[in-house]
Amino acid sequence: MRKNFDIPSIRKRLEGTYGKKYWRSLEEIAETDEFQDFVKHEFPQGADQWLNPVTRRNFLKLMAASFAFGGLTACSANPPQKIVPYVRAPEELVPGKPLFFATAMPLGGVAMALLGESHEGRPTKVEGNPDHPASLGSTDALSQASVLNLYDPDRSQIISQGGMLTTWSAFVETLRGQLDSQRASGGAGLRIISETVTSPSLISLFQNVLQDFPQARWVQYDPINRDNSKEGAMMAFGEDVNTVYQFDQAEVIVSLDANFTQFGPGNVRYARDFTDKRRVREDSTAMNRLYVMETQPSATSTLADHRLPLSSAQMEAFARALAAELGVDVEAPPAESLAAVPENWLGAIARDLQANAGKSIVIVGENQAPVVHALAHAMNDALGNVGQTVIYSEPLEGTSTNQMQELRLLADDMINDRVEVLLVIDANPVYNAPADTRFAEAIRRVPFRAKIGLYVDETGALCEWNIPLSHYLESWFDARAYDGVVSLTQPLVDPLYSSKTAHQFVAAMIGQSESSDYDLVRDYWSNELSDSNFDTLWQTSLHDGFIADTAPPTKSVSVSTAEINAVEPAESSGLEINFRPDPTVWDGRFANNGWLQELPKPISKLTWENVAAISPATAEELNLTNGDLVELRYRGRSVQAPIWVFPGQADGTVVTTLGYGRTLAGRVGSDIGFSAYSLQNSDAPWSDSGAELTQVGRGYKLASTQTHYNMEGRDPVRTGTIDHFREDPEFVQHMGEHGPFDPNSSLMPGWEYNSYAWGMVVDLNTCNGCNACVVACQAENNIPVVGKDQVLVGREMQWMRIDSYFEGELDNPQPLNQPMLCQHCEQAPCELVCPVGATVHDAEGLNVMVYNRCVGTRYCSNNCPYKVRRFNFLDFVDYTTESLKGQRNPDVSVRVRGVMEKCTYCVQRISEARIRAKIEDRRIADGEVISACQGACPTKAIYFGDINDPDSEVAKLKAQPQNYGVLTELGTRPRTTYLAKFTNPNPELEDPNAHEDNGHG
Amino acid sequence: MQLGQTEKPIGGDLPVVEPGHTYRSVSEKISNIVLDIRTPLGWFVAFGSGSILLMMYLISIAYLFAYGVGVWGINIPVGWGFAIVTFVWWIGIGHAGTLISAILFLFRQDWRTSINRFAEAMTLFAVVCAGLYPILHLGRPWLFFWLLPYPNTFGLWPQFRSALAWDVFAVSTYGTISAVFWYTGLIPDLAGMRDRAKVPLLKMVYGMLALGWRGSSRHWHHHQALYLLLAAIATPLVVSVHTVVSFDFAIAQVPGWSTTVFPPYFVAGAIFSGFAMVVTLLVPIRKLYHIEDMITLRHFDVMGKILLTTGLVVFYGYVTEAFTGWYSGSIYELFLFMNRFTGHYAPFVYLLVFCNLVAPQLLWFRSVRTNMTLMFILSLIINTGMWLERFMIVIISLTADYLPSSWALFIATPWDWSLLIGSIGLFIVLLFLFVRTLPMISVFEMQELIHNTEHGH
Repeated sequence: MRKNFDIPSIRKRLEGTYGKKYWRSLEEIAETDEFQDFVKHEFPQGADQWLNPVTRRNFLKLMAASFAFGGLTACSANPPQKIVPYVRAPEELVPGKPLFFATAMPLGGVAMALLGESHEGRPTKVEGNPDHPASLGSTDALSQASVLNLYDPDRSQIISQGGMLTTWSAFVETLRGQLDSQRASGGAGLRIISETVTSPSLISLFQNVLQDFPQARWVQYDPINRDNSKEGAMMAFGEDVNTVYQFDQAEVIVSLDANFTQFGPGNVRYARDFTDKRRVREDSTAMNRLYVMETQPSATSTLADHRLPLSSAQMEAFARALAAELGVDVEAPPAESLAAVPENWLGAIARDLQANAGKSIVIVGENQAPVVHALAHAMNDALGNVGQTVIYSEPLEGTSTNQMQELRLLADDMINDRVEVLLVIDANPVYNAPADTRFAEAIRRVPFRAKIGLYVDETGALCEWNIPLSHYLESWFDARAYDGVVSLTQPLVDPLYSSKTAHQFVAAMIGQSESSDYDLVRDYWSNELSDSNFDTLWQTSLHDGFIADTAPPTKSVSVSTAEINAVEPAESSGLEINFRPDPTVWDGRFANNGWLQELPKPISKLTWENVAAISPATAEELNLTNGDLVELRYRGRSVQAPIWVFPGQADGTVVTTLGYGRTLAGRVGSDIGFSAYSLQNSDAPWSDSGAELTQVGRGYKLASTQTHYNMEGRDPVRTGTIDHFREDPEFVQHMGEHGPFDPNSSLMPGWEYNSYAWGMVVDLNTCNGCNACVVACQAENNIPVVGKDQVLVGREMQWMRIDSYFEGELDNPQPLNQPMLCQHCEQAPCELVCPVGATVHDAEGLNVMVYNRCVGTRYCSNNCPYKVRRFNFLDFVDYTTESLKGQRNPDVSVRVRGVMEKCTYCVQRISEARIRAKIEDRRIADGEVISACQGACPTKAIYFGDINDPDSEVAKLKAQPQNYGVLTELGTRPRTTYLAKFTNPNPELEDPNAHEDNGHG
Repeated sequence: MQLGQTEKPIGGDLPVVEPGHTYRSVSEKISNIVLDIRTPLGWFVAFGSGSILLMMYLISIAYLFAYGVGVWGINIPVGWGFAIVTFVWWIGIGHAGTLISAILFLFRQDWRTSINRFAEAMTLFAVVCAGLYPILHLGRPWLFFWLLPYPNTFGLWPQFRSALAWDVFAVSTYGTISAVFWYTGLIPDLAGMRDRAKVPLLKMVYGMLALGWRGSSRHWHHHQALYLLLAAIATPLVVSVHTVVSFDFAIAQVPGWSTTVFPPYFVAGAIFSGFAMVVTLLVPIRKLYHIEDMITLRHFDVMGKILLTTGLVVFYGYVTEAFTGWYSGSIYELFLFMNRFTGHYAPFVYLLVFCNLVAPQLLWFRSVRTNMTLMFILSLIINTGMWLERFMIVIISLTADYLPSSWALFIATPWDWSLLIGSIGLFIVLLFLFVRTLPMISVFEMQELIHNTEHGH
């Protein structure tokens, strides 16, 4: 029998509990039969064991067919042009030692600055570029995972015509013929569609094409574009601007649905700057304050001091009201449209902002309507933030366009047979154009269609010609970073296949088909910079990863509210549908990336799936529960989607993520989830009212890596207000369980560490749970992907996970993150129980795993209270796919079936540093060993070093009063400890009871 | 009166041996089961179905070796599943044999005589079934010998702080001593078989196994001394092996494992399940071979009392465990207790309470103890209950330990079940081979029993 959440009783239960109210999922607080039922469905009998050879788990094994070309990898080496390593010159190449090269990954046209790690000419991993303003040494999850795409066996590998192997020259000849036939009409029948391009050299090539064909049109389209901010800027300023935020200057931040620490250009830098103002230490307890108004809890809101769930329609009213409160010349909306906003919020936020005028930021998410962007511009202007914390400059694309409008025009032209030649440059509009453009239907009417792309995807399948596109790690490329600085992409490896870059493709249209990508980029800059000393400048720029002083100058603009006032306030009726970028597969381009598919999405911890997420109250109203299958109907189109009840989501909304429902993504990403694009409309790409949910089934199995029960007061995450910490710095120590004995006492003598003693501290006050560390760990440590069916039975292999918990009321809980990895206990329960001594303590306090000695009793994992050990239940490693072998880190063993594995604190990096230090006859310096997770972390929440050295950063952090270990009452004495999480609530909004809850111990 | 004929029933109104048996009749009846009479149809049915299950067992093992332990339902956090549950279950079953042969021998319990051979064989086979599991459950079973302390070029030894390393010694010692004890007891009877066998090949095989036994006084003298000695050696093993097995759990720090009451509680549970298994097997076999006159209601009456007693000890163990969990004040222990009775697996726990605590209370009644059908059903219930008890201890504890974020359930797969049921097949096949080829009741001890009764010793 089916029962739903009894939401009122859940609320009541939460109200009735004492102390901190931690809980993990609705089912858990409901404690009802359907939780049992749900769990039963989640771990189905019979779903896993029959080892269907075509399941995705086996994707790593099913490679053989593609590998006629696999041998080509063996022929690749360093690219012929001179690429400039980041630290040492290539002359210093020592076999076995990796080299680092500055490079950059374009995403949505914007460059993410990276260092590529190359082992004997094989890129294996990326790190952030410490010198680059967009990175400061950190990365995000997507760029960490991008390395795997290079080696993806499903990449487009051959130049093909109608699926048959052909050559570049044959293509160029055909293309020339087609273009020649267009020349007479000035290219009236020629259309080019590409993703967003910020590369000055590529833009100039396009301009050359458009000079030859003045009637042709070049359309840029990314489904996750910046149309709304562009239109918002037009509304506010009459011109488009690129907005750069200075979070390091901001004391109060109001985010209107902006997940700025995870999504969008500058996310990594913003995350760093924002959290730099939250690094609480005993002697510096200053913290900025973040208000988040959002539709669905996000990584950013895990750091919020106040958060309020608002639907997109309510957001506009909120923005108007806040603007009016701040003295912007707009009309305050009627009170009923602000029903979801608690009474004193607007006033309190406005006063807080005004008190920090010039030191505050109002930031808006890309998915919000243009008018909200315009209002934010007006508010920042009214607060005097412009020029302080908010900097305007020229848009990165040069002349920006409204991409959705252009796409609609293109589709229209195609349907009306006005297009004769369509060239697709790494765009996939057949999949990711909104449904109402009917792109797939339109494209078939074009006589000549050619595509250059990383994959023969949905669009490629409808193109006669397919040219493989070089991965960014194989390309010379340039692109602007979030602040406009030109970043250079150096190839770390010669193209694995007969691929071309976008530069080469466009150059072929103007008769430069034989130009190398290197020449095309370098020649452009050599002309552009016309520096007498260009060679040196070029070398320096390649070394640094960017060309200095290429950021566009600050632009001064003036705000007008006339257009804002002209916009009719949004009206909403019925259920509001929201489309969001997916935190793992983004817009679908990473769908074939196993690391990302298996990466648990922030907070929900869902993998391999997108869902229709609804709030608990909406679930109650619609009588739906987790795993129900619904027909999601909107504007006459519908998809089948599984339901996920997301605590903290705005009522009356359904949120779906883009990027799933691919049909030709490859062996990993095809046919999973549903395509939100098939519901999307080009006039309302992000949100609209009028969605309907009808239950059509139930018991769908969602592979969430966590769901279970409540915290029972165990306090693995310890939180409190910053005021409490100021009054009583020791309060954190009184939380949690305390055993009868001093956990540090033991009958046995302790270990002695005469040299190093490695330890880690994770600052929960800055962790936003963005997952960069998890992917970095996976890339660094050759961790296999296991597939949805194995995740469903609890066998995911990531050594590091981000636990998330909820605290507080059901409708608006505070989500909390906790990176959990091997704690390297001093008294490790795992070491004691291994019958063969395969997990042992080393002289530097590492709990090391000897894979070769492990016989797989799994006793160690059973006895690990943190459950951070991972076991190769089956042969998860792919031994057959040649291309994937290139990615593996040669410094880390690949583990066979039947062997336990776990976080090693990146022991290979410690060894490398030790060898270097020994050669130089010195001790390893503090900060010399950077673990993979630490290096990737955008918020620098992870600290690693020698705790034997009292001057090391990690030792100092361990001396902080808010430093605590998880489950220390067991006497494990973990080497990994945590800094408690604080909030800095506005005293005007603070819950008067919140304070007493802390430190019940 | 013929020599050695029993006049009055041994053991009051419920005799250990029905009246009318002589030295010769005992000897003939027992050895004829093997040598002369036509093999009953029931044997073929039992052996045949055992073989089918054994085949399933072998297929399961082949599949397991081909793909890895991931074919089972185990995961992180539940690293141990059916393999360990069933290992402990079989080891427990293996307790009755040695207890009957050794301890009851030392205590001179006359009723043990007609069932000790059979119970010892059962012990051996249960140990075989049990002993395979720890190897099968390894991630890399081909490296099982790394758990043994053998000299090697790596200079590596097992890690002796681990209870699994102790297990290796406990189980292998127990297996060895049980086998030697059993074989020693068999020698005089093997000689008897040699003398009675008519087929030359059989004569030779039994002859070789009899090690030249001629039945001289000297032989008997040495034999009796050795038998007594082995009984004395085996006695502490009855206690030690399950104590060490319980250490697998007791030394760990998983809530629900880390309990000092485990050693006695495990031993009591082992005897409980061992006797239940003896009952399960003897009820049909005595009927099949018409040996109700040697394995009599007296035996079942006594075994029923033992079942009742050990069942109550087990119950006491549950209570103590729950009490200490509560008394510790540890939120983990308290949660564990609640989780058992209200969590996902609560139905199993209630079933366990029924099987191990409620149902055995029927054994207070003599009419139940001497009712073969009821005893058979009860013994099956108890064996199920004891399996569930290990399920509760091993699996339920692991599903929810310390960090709620990593809690997950264990759902058995068909391969879990096939290996469990298949191991029963192995047991049945071994047992029926034994019944078919060796005297399942100790002839010389039966004769001794009759002799003693007659001479009023």
